[in-house]
Amino acid sequence: MISVLDKKLLRDLRHLWAQALAIALVMACGAATIILAVGSYRSLEETRGAFYDRYRFGSVFASAVRAPTHLKSRIEAISGISGVELRIVEPVLLDVVGMKEPASGLAISIPDHRDAKVNRLYLRKGRLPEPNRGTEVAVIETFAKAHGFVPGDHFSAIINGKKQELDIVGLVLSPEHIYSIGPGDMVPDPKRFGVFFMSENALSGLFNMENSFNDLSATTMRNAGIKQIMGDIDDLLKPYGGVGAYDREDQISNAFLDAELEQLRAMASVIPPIFLFVSAFLVNMILSRLITLEREQVGLLKALGYGNIAIGGHYAKLVIVIAIVGLVFGSGAGFWLGRGLTRLFANFYSFPFLLFKQSLDLYALAAGVTITASLTGAVKSIWAIVVLPPAVAMRPKAPTRYKSFFAGRFNPTRFFSQLTTMAFRHIFRRPIRFAMTTFGTSLSVALLVAALFSYDSIDHMIDTIFFQIDRQDATLTFVDDRGQRALLNVVALPGVIKAEPFRTTSVKLRNEHFEVQMSIVGLPKESDLSRILDHNLAPLDPPRKGLVISERVAEKLRLRPGDMVDVELTKLNGRIARLPITGIAQSYVGLTAYMSLDAFNRMMRDGQWISGVRIKIDDHKLDKLYKAVKETPIISSIALQNISRDKFRETIEQNITTMTSVYVALAVIITFGVVYNSARIQLSERARELASLRVFGFTRAEVSRVLMIELAAIVLLAQPLGWSLGYMFAWSVVQGFESDLYRIPLIINTDTFAWSSIIVMIAAVLSALIVRRRVDRLDLIQVLKTRE
Amino acid sequence: MTVLLGPSGSGKSTFLNIVGGLDQATSGTVFFKDTELTSCNERQLTRYRRDHVGFVFQFYNLIPSLTAWENVALVTEVAKSPMRVDDALALVGLENRMTHFPAELSGGEQQRVAIARAIVKRPEVLLCDEPTGALDSKTGIVVLEALSKINEDLGTTTAIITHNAGIQQIAHRVISFLDGRISNIHENSSRIKPAEVVW
Repeated sequence: MISVLDKKLLRDLRHLWAQALAIALVMACGAATIILAVGSYRSLEETRGAFYDRYRFGSVFASAVRAPTHLKSRIEAISGISGVELRIVEPVLLDVVGMKEPASGLAISIPDHRDAKVNRLYLRKGRLPEPNRGTEVAVIETFAKAHGFVPGDHFSAIINGKKQELDIVGLVLSPEHIYSIGPGDMVPDPKRFGVFFMSENALSGLFNMENSFNDLSATTMRNAGIKQIMGDIDDLLKPYGGVGAYDREDQISNAFLDAELEQLRAMASVIPPIFLFVSAFLVNMILSRLITLEREQVGLLKALGYGNIAIGGHYAKLVIVIAIVGLVFGSGAGFWLGRGLTRLFANFYSFPFLLFKQSLDLYALAAGVTITASLTGAVKSIWAIVVLPPAVAMRPKAPTRYKSFFAGRFNPTRFFSQLTTMAFRHIFRRPIRFAMTTFGTSLSVALLVAALFSYDSIDHMIDTIFFQIDRQDATLTFVDDRGQRALLNVVALPGVIKAEPFRTTSVKLRNEHFEVQMSIVGLPKESDLSRILDHNLAPLDPPRKGLVISERVAEKLRLRPGDMVDVELTKLNGRIARLPITGIAQSYVGLTAYMSLDAFNRMMRDGQWISGVRIKIDDHKLDKLYKAVKETPIISSIALQNISRDKFRETIEQNITTMTSVYVALAVIITFGVVYNSARIQLSERARELASLRVFGFTRAEVSRVLMIELAAIVLLAQPLGWSLGYMFAWSVVQGFESDLYRIPLIINTDTFAWSSIIVMIAAVLSALIVRRRVDRLDLIQVLKTRE
Repeated sequence: MTVLLGPSGSGKSTFLNIVGGLDQATSGTVFFKDTELTSCNERQLTRYRRDHVGFVFQFYNLIPSLTAWENVALVTEVAKSPMRVDDALALVGLENRMTHFPAELSGGEQQRVAIARAIVKRPEVLLCDEPTGALDSKTGIVVLEALSKINEDLGTTTAIITHNAGIQQIAHRVISFLDGRISNIHENSSRIKPAEVVW
């Protein structure tokens, strides 16, 4: 049978339902974000781990210009290596029926007559290509899906200058290409970029690479010294144009997944504590009020013989019931959001399967953390009532003592009305509660700033990258470095209005013991399509002597203008050139260094070469240009700036919009939880004096003003605090994103602050209005009959 | 000055609440001058309380966050032609306690602040519900003296609800209540001073 105290508990809850619900919702946000972030983290991490293990994802990677396959035994002999696969990897142009613009592709060889030792393929449909069947390919599933390809379909590729019809025999997934982006792209566009796999024999024939390889992946033994292995591989590949081995950390697909996991980890460690803190504070606030109101009842219960455990447990139960309601909502929301996020991941990351992983311990974790947080909030009030002797408890609490501002030297009523003075004195009487309420509200402003600023940053990023730095319409890259004639060929293509050549090569930049693998770009003297910008976005000339490096490179190598840097030309047997740093460039993507094309060619000492051309296009002649490019054998890839930009904007905006809606909901819940509860507590504490005011003839609006002034002070003070906290959150988000792949500038426009404040203020006003209705219903007579 | 007498539940407070515009009568009519209170809406009743009525309650109902002076000044902010706050407090003998908060005042002092607050707006009617109910005899007499003085000095119509039959002798008129009805009305031919009230 339900005990009498439990009956009281249920009635208390029914009486407090609105406040309890507001707190439960804040707790729900905490629980939901734990389940969402930790669950998604685990799903992604474990799925990736399983895929990597089962399909033997490499640990070390390297590429070279052309190395003989007989090196294989020497590579296998390197201590710590457990498996090696030597491959041919070549960028190609694709011509897909129904698509005007050429797509870019990556052709990768797979071993004949045996399974690959490293980076095995997961066969989704069909089969792998047969050895010696020169036209059979297995394509990566995302590309096939984007074009509706099934085994038996065909597409064309320009392979080594020849158009080649390819037959799709299978759809595959690869642990190397879970996330794959094409040249010039910032987000995956599976329609315009496809990876496909061919028999080694067939591919080596097509690229004249018999008995040679240009790419290597190796698995290593547990606890192997990766750095040492990379060094050994570099030594072996140096004579063959080896561009430097790298590990998983720098493998593009893996690095993007790492960045995603890092963000989830950051989310799991930042967002839930905000909600748990706010809910602990709210629990503290309503429980201490409830206990004050029930003080005499508690005294009576004690006098009747109820023990401290029974009484403390009674109030603890109340809090736990609220926490459980929060958990139920939070678990549902967490699961729903987690499944949604995992589905979103499935759009970007190609796994054989990716399900939102739930396990009992995840929910147990959320429950443990939520209940602990709420009990932490309750402990002070419960302790206070437990230690109170029954005789003292049964006497009403001593009347509230107020103090004058500044020890009576300041008379506020000279400046404010009595009603305003009442509101301010109430604030000063409980400064800690006022400060905490303000802090709680400011967290919702901060969450919004941290969510909304991404629009500003991405806008700035798009403007800088696509309109200030790389202003070309397309970038054509040649199969290999070509002479100046190639530039004339490009200029002659239909629709080309302007053309600027560039040359690029992979290098290792070294300063003392700091080293970075990257590429240097040589730009013509008056380069206008692609520009080098300093951190004020003012253009810099490509240096004739020396190197302009991007900020990220400067940070990694601890370099400043005027310093000297060693440039190891990996394709030229590791010859080292020593160059001065002449400037630092603003760049948000990748690691870059620039110099003038002439200086570049002088440094290379191999003649006047170019790697590709940036072009401006007459839009009316696009179709003709695309057609011509597809028929130009020397072009290995084309990056289309407008399409890349639109795809980037579309993808990012879709993600940000989803994220922002979630954050707005979270912020509204915090605001509601804090403002509503604060107003209810105020009303409970001041019902008597407010009713007295009504009796003296003050109107409802005047009486409400007393309540609203304190709320307004809380909400207004929360704004600047929230902006500062939001700035800090945004800063840490930006820091979390910072990687060699890309960095996000910290740009927060004024309207982002304004919107964050507007949303919170609207939520606050609505919460206050709900309480305002209670002021209208104050029982004037009852309140006069009772002593507080 | 009228004293309303009667046992608990006899209807004194309900009468006072209706007359004071705090409650609506279920039947019958109540007039204040030419205004029919029983047909007033909430807004009009608020206006009526604001402009014409002063209240004094058993538990004082002072605003704890305002000093004695400010509690009185509170009413002057919305009154049409209030007296000076200092004068109102002097009338109840509290000119030296003006800067104290309610928690720093004795029960009798708090009730005198409440009286000063009720009369500062020069109300036409002063309604007191058990003004001495929470006070000892000595303090109670001080409060009654304040009420009598106001009645005499300002001529404010004053109604005092009490359980204490001894108080009836200070009034001009005594109305007795029983079971929700007026059972008796009589005029005192001779009145005593509050100090002579036997508690």
